[in-house]
Amino acid sequence: MALLSVRDLHTRYAVGKQQLRAVDGVSFEVGRGETVGLVGESGCGKSTLGKTILRLVPSAEGTIELDGADITHLGEGAMAPHRRRMQMIFQDPFGSLNPRQTIRTVLDTALKVHRLGNGAERERQLQEIVTRVGLPSDSLDRYPHEFSGGQRQRIGIARALVLHPALIVCDEPVSALDVSIQAQILNLLIDLKREFGLAYLFISHDLSVVRYFADRVLVMYFGRIVESASHATLWRDPRHPYTKALFAAVPSADPTHKRVAPPIKGELVTTEQVRGCRFHSRCPAATDRCRAEEPPLRSLGEGHHAACHYA
Amino acid sequence: MSLLTVDKLSVAFPGHVAVREASFSIESGETLALVGESGCGKSVTAFSVMRLLPSNARIASGRILLEGTDLLSLSEPEMREVRGAKVSLIQQEPMTSLNPVLSIGLQITEVIRRHEKLSRRAARARAVELLDLVRIPDAHRRLDDHPHNLSGGMRQRVMIAMAVACRPRLLIADEPTTALDVTTQAQVLDLLDDLRRRLGMAVLLITHDLGVVAQWADRIAVMYAGRIVEQGGIEPFFARPLHPYSRGLLGARVDVDADEHYSKNRLSEIPGSVGSAAGQAGCSFAPRCPVAEPACRRAVPPLVALPDERAVACPVTVVLAGGPHGAALR
Ligand SMILES: Nc1ncnc2c1ncn2[C@@H]1O[C@H](COP(=O)(O)OP(=O)(O)OP(=O)(O)O)[C@@H](O)[C@H]1O
Ligand SMILES: Nc1ncnc2c1ncn2[C@@H]1O[C@H](COP(=O)(O)OP(=O)(O)OP(=O)(O)O)[C@@H](O)[C@H]1O
Ligand code: SF4
Ligand SMILES: [Mg+2]
Ligand SMILES: [Mg+2]
Repeated sequence: MALLSVRDLHTRYAVGKQQLRAVDGVSFEVGRGETVGLVGESGCGKSTLGKTILRLVPSAEGTIELDGADITHLGEGAMAPHRRRMQMIFQDPFGSLNPRQTIRTVLDTALKVHRLGNGAERERQLQEIVTRVGLPSDSLDRYPHEFSGGQRQRIGIARALVLHPALIVCDEPVSALDVSIQAQILNLLIDLKREFGLAYLFISHDLSVVRYFADRVLVMYFGRIVESASHATLWRDPRHPYTKALFAAVPSADPTHKRVAPPIKGELVTTEQVRGCRFHSRCPAATDRCRAEEPPLRSLGEGHHAACHYA
Repeated sequence: MSLLTVDKLSVAFPGHVAVREASFSIESGETLALVGESGCGKSVTAFSVMRLLPSNARIASGRILLEGTDLLSLSEPEMREVRGAKVSLIQQEPMTSLNPVLSIGLQITEVIRRHEKLSRRAARARAVELLDLVRIPDAHRRLDDHPHNLSGGMRQRVMIAMAVACRPRLLIADEPTTALDVTTQAQVLDLLDDLRRRLGMAVLLITHDLGVVAQWADRIAVMYAGRIVEQGGIEPFFARPLHPYSRGLLGARVDVDADEHYSKNRLSEIPGSVGSAAGQAGCSFAPRCPVAEPACRRAVPPLVALPDERAVACPVTVVLAGGPHGAALR
């Protein structure tokens, strides 16, 4: 049984009189201890998908199962034990940390809410977690603004970790950091994964980081998964034209290696209703069939799936 | 004369110094990338040039010469004439810089009318031209849209349109594409590059993405703990980074073309953190530096010019490179 199993999930936002289908029929699983990467265009629904799974945003249709239990419609009380098992790390931990709370208050509140341990035990856990994520031992009595960007991200990780979750949704956890701090944080996440058997749903724009960090990768376009495969398969043999465009647009850090013009143009228009393949208006390989008929996500063997008539 | 010369700029906040005697210059029409550790002072430098520092910040010393005029000597009304017209800034998160309750048309025309006496109608026509310039389809219809109706890439284009509305000589772009995916990022940076050429602007590009630096910048300046520690052209820099911090930075990046995976190899880190040098004399990088010598901890190393228009603030590297005449670099 998978740790997380998502079936035909839909999330909609009301935008004026229109409905924005931010997540539009997504199914996938995350195994215990597995790292699943999630990539796709700005605005395609990645954060919404993460938040829907954590029940921070209501779903419109579909089911979410954690350890085989259907949590899609659980009330707050029944949800509490499951909440502990799933946590989130945000791109900007600063925005999500209260500037007037010390790090001790931030972490201890989480433990208290979930009634984990008495005072002395909690204190020991706090000390342990702060050291484990590589913060100075005197951090507990300091305030968020006294930390650097990299250290604040460590606080965000400590807050997610203190409840011993099984799954952490990481939403752009390193994209605001420079590469040397990125490397420190990624190495830390990898160590923690090994130590605690953690699974990650890892959202990122940085394809080199995803390639390095993920076991399996989901490519999302306009609310749907359009390709999924193991990291090795996806980079060896990308099949969806959008995935290929994404890979072609990664800027090389070799200045003598001149870039080619991005193969796709235009922008995702999220309020538009589309017939046929949702990528057809921007796809360099689109045919009449693509304009009429929506391609289902179909298996290409070896756990590789793509939603393109010609994949 | 360079378009912009930042000369020994120091900026302090109560209790700490964010920028320390930073010096660099930008020639007209070029793109200079400014990179460095999170918190090293890149944004504070950008805000200093715009004279938009937070109220608790104080410029302790230095000059900022734009076409020969020291911006630090201008009065606030004089500076208002410079902002937008000569130097503009675009920030990482367009949502925080755009007003959510006003249409984008209104926001663009406001910027135009601040610097040019145009009728509302004429300003609106200019706004349409500008949206066309940044390749927003259906510019007429888009003018009445509010920021939340636009995608992240479109919002960043609107910010660019506002920033170039009065054809500034210098555009400062602070992490303009960090929140965007790679295809949108490439479109936005190509657009900036095209405008740079067509309008003859220079661009100060602040980013931590070394791929972006390699592909879109002409020169690079590396900042560490508030100081510029290396400067030079893009090709020599990537072929042979000089400062030990620059070398650590290039070594820590994940190479998308290499088949690296966490299950096989660990990423190389620069051990320690920037805070470890707080209050110490000498080179701020010394506590983390693999080649530091006792002399490094005695005095702050000056930025020494080397051949190929490069410069580095590290005596150990200068010696390795064959001294200021740089025999070993050739
Ligand atoms: N609270 C909200 N109300 C209305 N629309 C929203 C809301 N949050 C997100 N959206 C819209 O839903 C779509 C998906 O947004 P989401 O933030 O999930 O995208 P994303 O893939 O995470 O993008 P990015 O890569 O830019 O973070 C976008 O069109 C966005 O504008
Ligand atoms: N309003 C403020 N009050 C006090 N200190 C500040 C303020 N703004 C910035 N600083 C400090 O100044 C230093 C430089 O910050 P700056 O924002 O310039 O860093 P940066 O190089 O842009 O980092 P990043 O890559 O994370 O954006 C940091 O130590 C920061 O904490
Ligand atoms: S000056 Fe010395 S300590 Fe500083 S970077 Fe160079 S070698 Fe390292
Ligand atoms: Mg997001
Ligand atoms: Mg900054």
